[in-house]
Amino acid sequence: MRGRLNVDVAIIGGGLVGSSAALALRAMGMSVALIDSRYCGAQASGVNYGGVRRQGRPPEQLPLAQRAHAIWPRLKERIGIDGEYLCSGHLKLAANETDMASLEAYAAKVSDYGLDLELIGHNDLRRRFPFLGKNIVGASFCPGDGHANPRLVASGFAAAARRAGAHVLENTPVREITRDGGGFVLEAGDVIDVYTPVVVNSAGAWGDEFAALFGEPVPLTRIYPSMVVTEPLAPVLTVNIGMEGGGVYARQVERGNCIVGGERVQPLADPDFSRPRGETALTMMNRAAALFPGLRHAHVIRSWSGTEGMIADRNPVIGPSSTTPGLIHAFGFSGAGFQIAPGVGEVLAELVRDGRSTTPIGAFSISRFAADARQSIDRTIHGSGAEREPEPQQRGV
Amino acid sequence: MTVRPQPLIVGAGPAGVRAAGALVAAGLRPLVVDEAPACGGQIYRQRLVDDGRSTRSLYGSEAPKAERLHRDFAAFEGRIDYWPQALVWSLGDGEAHVALAGRNRKVAYDGLILATGASDRVLPVPGWTLPGVFTLGGAQIALKSQGCAIGSRVVFAGAGPLLYLVAWQYMKAGVNVAAVLDATPLMAKRHLLRGLALEPAIILRGMRFAAELRLRGVAIHYAVEDFAIVGETRVTGVRWRQGGHERSLVCDSVGYGLALRSETQLADLAGCRFTFNERDRAMLPERDISGRSSVVGVYLAGDGAGIAGADAAELAGERAALALLEDRGLPYPPVRALDLERKLTRISRFRDVLEAAFPYPAHWAKRVADDTLICRCEEVTAGTLRQSVRDFAVDEINRLKAVSRIGMGRCQGRFCGASAAEILAAETGRGIDAVGRLRAQPPVKPLPMTLADEKQEAAQ
Amino acid sequence: MQLFHRIARQDHAPVPFTLDGRSCVGREGDTLLTAILNAASAVRVSEFSGNPRAGFCQMGACQDCWVTLGTGERVRACTTPLVAGMEILTGKGAAS
Repeated sequence: MRGRLNVDVAIIGGGLVGSSAALALRAMGMSVALIDSRYCGAQASGVNYGGVRRQGRPPEQLPLAQRAHAIWPRLKERIGIDGEYLCSGHLKLAANETDMASLEAYAAKVSDYGLDLELIGHNDLRRRFPFLGKNIVGASFCPGDGHANPRLVASGFAAAARRAGAHVLENTPVREITRDGGGFVLEAGDVIDVYTPVVVNSAGAWGDEFAALFGEPVPLTRIYPSMVVTEPLAPVLTVNIGMEGGGVYARQVERGNCIVGGERVQPLADPDFSRPRGETALTMMNRAAALFPGLRHAHVIRSWSGTEGMIADRNPVIGPSSTTPGLIHAFGFSGAGFQIAPGVGEVLAELVRDGRSTTPIGAFSISRFAADARQSIDRTIHGSGAEREPEPQQRGV
Repeated sequence: MTVRPQPLIVGAGPAGVRAAGALVAAGLRPLVVDEAPACGGQIYRQRLVDDGRSTRSLYGSEAPKAERLHRDFAAFEGRIDYWPQALVWSLGDGEAHVALAGRNRKVAYDGLILATGASDRVLPVPGWTLPGVFTLGGAQIALKSQGCAIGSRVVFAGAGPLLYLVAWQYMKAGVNVAAVLDATPLMAKRHLLRGLALEPAIILRGMRFAAELRLRGVAIHYAVEDFAIVGETRVTGVRWRQGGHERSLVCDSVGYGLALRSETQLADLAGCRFTFNERDRAMLPERDISGRSSVVGVYLAGDGAGIAGADAAELAGERAALALLEDRGLPYPPVRALDLERKLTRISRFRDVLEAAFPYPAHWAKRVADDTLICRCEEVTAGTLRQSVRDFAVDEINRLKAVSRIGMGRCQGRFCGASAAEILAAETGRGIDAVGRLRAQPPVKPLPMTLADEKQEAAQ
Repeated sequence: MQLFHRIARQDHAPVPFTLDGRSCVGREGDTLLTAILNAASAVRVSEFSGNPRAGFCQMGACQDCWVTLGTGERVRACTTPLVAGMEILTGKGAAS
């Protein structure tokens, strides 16, 4: 016989967004089911690059990013571990004058948001960041940005939610959602039905499937960013590095490993999975060795990739459903969700409790795709999977 | 008409060499890629230079097999492509990446025979990272291939046939063997009598090793428990419990190992399906008696897909090559194939006997102390693993890796994966077959950052 | 003091190298691991605990014997043949 679970909120997807929402909702005293088809934090939330970065985000994301920015230094009190968060600063490099000009334009555009960006010219750059190779004309430095360990942060939020009393259901795919009066019934796995008035769809790269169930198609595609990591090294990279125009991002953790990303790969036969390819790894390695001469003699010991939901306008979907009362979406973070996710979790909790968010999220409404509703959607970006990751942002959630 | 790419054989040990021979005999020209500078694998490994010792003194009773394997492989020259000192670090979908002399070679293949071999299976004990502690295989390589003893007063510990073989080889080489510490009880050795009917020569040889060791005054202790290696900056001794008594010995080096474990990373990258194997107590890529894996065109031969020893590896290598020929629509000798399968089945029965004679120490995971290092590379302790299992409610080995770093170091979990899985199973009360396996990712071994990227080259 | 003891190749051609600046002599046919452990008791230190290590498997599997050469290059001692004039650094991890 199937069991029955009654909760105030059911969250589909135990990534960083879903887990942090679960934790925030528990803090408000609501009962929560956190449901993941596999393991919480094992998808993009746990295998992303780990950039905790506001710099480079479009202005409409910055209020949310600032909200999250206040949470990162206080992870330990919130989830019991610091997640190896380091406020190292984030340095975005310009390979040519055109890129430098766009860094300058960005700095001017976001000057009111409190990022304290500092534009650095060639000579100053060499003096302050001597690990950089030649051919970098300048950079933009955001001192308050940093990086953290996604494996720990994502798992840590889920574990904290569990300790706080959330019902964490792993290896439990939501097979069907039916309306039940004003609420929902989720057929979760083989053994349990979850009854709830509120559903949060934080299913990441699979979020569009649940949105589509409620007549809200979203042009979400899947990308498979890939990363390599070196053996532990003496300190080389003192800051989190990005590149205007994309192509490479790199950081060094306290234990000494350097993580380098910037390429994408193709999925395996099952589009839920991917694996780094030889060419991809080589390209990133060679690029990093050229950009950071201090890594020239290092060895790469691992590589990985993950599945991520990408929306064409590079903004996530966050906010109430436009068709279904009680349904709230938060997915499609398009390679840049890691830093803002803890803030999104708080926003989702506010939406559940108050019906509105104290942080502006209007730009992320799912209604912006209403015109697309009749288009069919190709779920993977065929032919573009192995290309240089185009975006100037690092990836996240 | 397009030319089909050549078959790729990874590994030039007994399995790889025999696979190459069968393909050559059928008129195919395989590419053989091997990490070592010369063929032979670990068991028939060759010296870097001649050191005046006879092959008999190196390989003992197996010298004729070693010589035959080396000679046959040399005779393939001109009919195979052979890349020694080369690492296949990534593969899949008919394409392999090979690191060779600082350059990356991308190789298209049609038919893949993985003969990747094995290394020692080790269960961590206190002090196992101290200088002076080597695997049994490592101790043997030092002696055979480098003409060196790992110390001047050596203790050999663990279990399995290799324990007695290496101890005996050291004794014969004139090294002071302080003791042999067998983790398994003497009573279990009664199973070896069953083996007499299957492989009398092997059983008798093993009994001779033990007898000669005793004759030369080497103490052999059975049912050794709580084995620990003592020392500050290098080995100074060992201690253990036996029949409720604390024992200890002074020594300057230790050869340690419990059995062998398969090198399965490339099979994983090739997409092979894995299942739990009771005898090896490991997740292994599935293969049928012919060596066919779950992936069309991918064949598994030798210890790389389950431990059966060098003789079986030779047979399995040849059998896998015949399967490749058959699948490619080429003539192959079916009678020979059946003969090989019959012999392989017989050896498999013999492996069951050996496993019963050297049973896995099932209580290890419960007893290993919290401060014992499990992961040599990342220095993750048993206590950290247990804590991680509790803190993150982990019940799967890749999740344990994610939160504890186990298996994330340079060796990619080769030497900690099995024991971490044992601890995870013990902590969660699940079976060892229910906690999963560490997924392989390229590169399967460390790769230089500056490895030069080359465009695809025809392997010819 | 050394870990290894030679029982063959004692009279092979000497191969000079330096170990942390100290002049040493290996023998033709040595791997780096053999050469080092005939002159010292460790080949590297753990990056994390600082404890000495001397390799383990000797077959290129455990990756516990990586050393740094004077050129900055990193090599696995058990699978790298000794070449005359090599400057081997054991105390230094994989540094820039």
